[in-house]
Amino acid sequence: MKSKEKVAVKKYKSKLTFWQKVWQSRILLLMCLPAVVFFFLFSYMPMPGIYVAFVKYNYRSGIFGSKFVGFQNFKFLFTSGKLLSLTTNTILYNLAFIILGNVLAVFVAILLNEVRSKYFVKVSQTIMFLPYFISQVLVGILVYYLLNYDSGFVNSILGALGMELWQPYSDASVWPAILIIVYLWQQTGYNSVVYFAAIMGIDESMLEAAKVDGANGFQRIRYIILPSLKGTIVILLLFALGGIVKGNFGLFYNIIGTNSLLYSTTDIIETYVYRATMTDFNFSTASAVGLYQSVIGFVIVMVVNFVVKKIEPDYSLF
Amino acid sequence: MAKQDKDLMDSSAKIKLGKSDMIIRGFAYTFVTLYALCCIIPFIIIISTSFTAESVINASGVQFLPKEFTLKAYQMVLKGGTIFQSYGLTILMTATGTFVGLSIISMTGYALQRQDFFFRNVISFYVYFTSLFSAGLAPYYLLMTQTYKLKDNYLAVWLPLLMSPWLIILMKNFVKAIPHEITESGKIDGAGDFRIFLSLILPMLKPALATIGLFLALGYWNEWYQSSLFLSSKVDVKPLQYMLYEVVNKTDALKNSVAGQYVTLTDIPTVSVKMANAVLATGPVVLVYPFVQKYFVKGITVGAVKG
Repeated sequence: MKSKEKVAVKKYKSKLTFWQKVWQSRILLLMCLPAVVFFFLFSYMPMPGIYVAFVKYNYRSGIFGSKFVGFQNFKFLFTSGKLLSLTTNTILYNLAFIILGNVLAVFVAILLNEVRSKYFVKVSQTIMFLPYFISQVLVGILVYYLLNYDSGFVNSILGALGMELWQPYSDASVWPAILIIVYLWQQTGYNSVVYFAAIMGIDESMLEAAKVDGANGFQRIRYIILPSLKGTIVILLLFALGGIVKGNFGLFYNIIGTNSLLYSTTDIIETYVYRATMTDFNFSTASAVGLYQSVIGFVIVMVVNFVVKKIEPDYSLF
Repeated sequence: MAKQDKDLMDSSAKIKLGKSDMIIRGFAYTFVTLYALCCIIPFIIIISTSFTAESVINASGVQFLPKEFTLKAYQMVLKGGTIFQSYGLTILMTATGTFVGLSIISMTGYALQRQDFFFRNVISFYVYFTSLFSAGLAPYYLLMTQTYKLKDNYLAVWLPLLMSPWLIILMKNFVKAIPHEITESGKIDGAGDFRIFLSLILPMLKPALATIGLFLALGYWNEWYQSSLFLSSKVDVKPLQYMLYEVVNKTDALKNSVAGQYVTLTDIPTVSVKMANAVLATGPVVLVYPFVQKYFVKGITVGAVKG
């Protein structure tokens, strides 16, 4: 639209009353209605229920009939150190996922670009994408039958070689590494797609010119490919940073499940909230942790967005 | 200009591969091959195990290739029949959910991309805000079970998967690429907004519909989370992936999956039956995804741009 028209439209818009606007755009409003109702029912309607975090929940009295206790539920979580350890676990895992995930994705994308055979690229990309398509339930099964003590694949090899068997399911210290590897295994095919597309979008003549100027392979990657990926990397990192207190529930729950031996290194906010809700029916505690998470997450997104907008408006989220 | 290009190509073809290029290329082939193998080996182990006699598994663990080939686990699972019911349920949910979700997402995505829609900013924010702040699991669970009374109701699984803010933003990004003039020309011809959407815009959105439809379908097919929240043991037939979860984690469900064939648990070839269930529940996705992969690639690259 030309700017003149835009001004005219704006003037016209501002002249109408609210109900005139509604009437004019009734069809478009109706088209949005199902989605509006959906988010109202499943995202906005639960919000008043946050109040359950401030009561001592009693099934018979319901959320709003239960006794109000103020911040008591939070106080316990803070003083026991539970909240701190859950937050640390969640954030450290996410940092590892974000940093290692993007490094590996960029690495794979660059290597795929160096491969000349189109057929090889296609087949290997398809295979690397496979883990993304399977359910988290199957991921949990795969890990279990690779690692479990009695029949796991690793132990069947160790056993055949006459070596001592490995017992990871009772050793909490090894799980951060395992969970990170499984995450990378499942997500790298997906993550590298964006980077690969970005590399494909680099002007071919630039790479050719560098070649003519005598740049070797490493120099081309260092001085042309990596700099041209900078924008994509920054955007994806920012997206990810906004969700740094949101844990990957499916991954942790299906791999660790209810094995309390491993909680010290593997319990994240999501798994704790899930157990509090579904196993202990402790809705007040669960909701207190959930609210704490939502608020922290919201603040982080806002801060990230504010800072980015100041430095580089093009990269801001909204 | 064309001549210049040609010259450039000739010159580049003449430049021999440097030593570093050779190293990088060799490394690239090796690394990508090894990485791809890592991606596929766990699947081979699962498939092999499902065909392996239980006595071998008990004696020496799961193997890369079946030592003693048998179809017993599959015979038992197929005879048990619960997997067919789960298949039916999941296919029904996937088909209807994808269709309904796709209809709603495309209508909304189009309306929110119309520059002359008065409420586009308000509604866009209303949708986007739900991804910034959520009430959390406990209030959601209480609302679904006590206010909506959806415990043990398939709707509790089907409804929440219909759409997400991310899919609506993805649709908006697809719609953005359609020239504004198309809508204008429809208006001039006197068509209403819905008519314009249905007969002018929708045909142009085919790649978007394929992409978003596949994301929805994958979500329904792989669904286990809502089921774990809302479907208790009172519900006999579970969606496929949650059935798999129960077969692997709960003895009752394992027994149930081979119902009536063996009286005691010790008679069931436990591990291979679990693996056969895993193979059957995942098979369709693995067989179909190589053909639809390009739509996912499209979705990821279009979705990486902010709304």
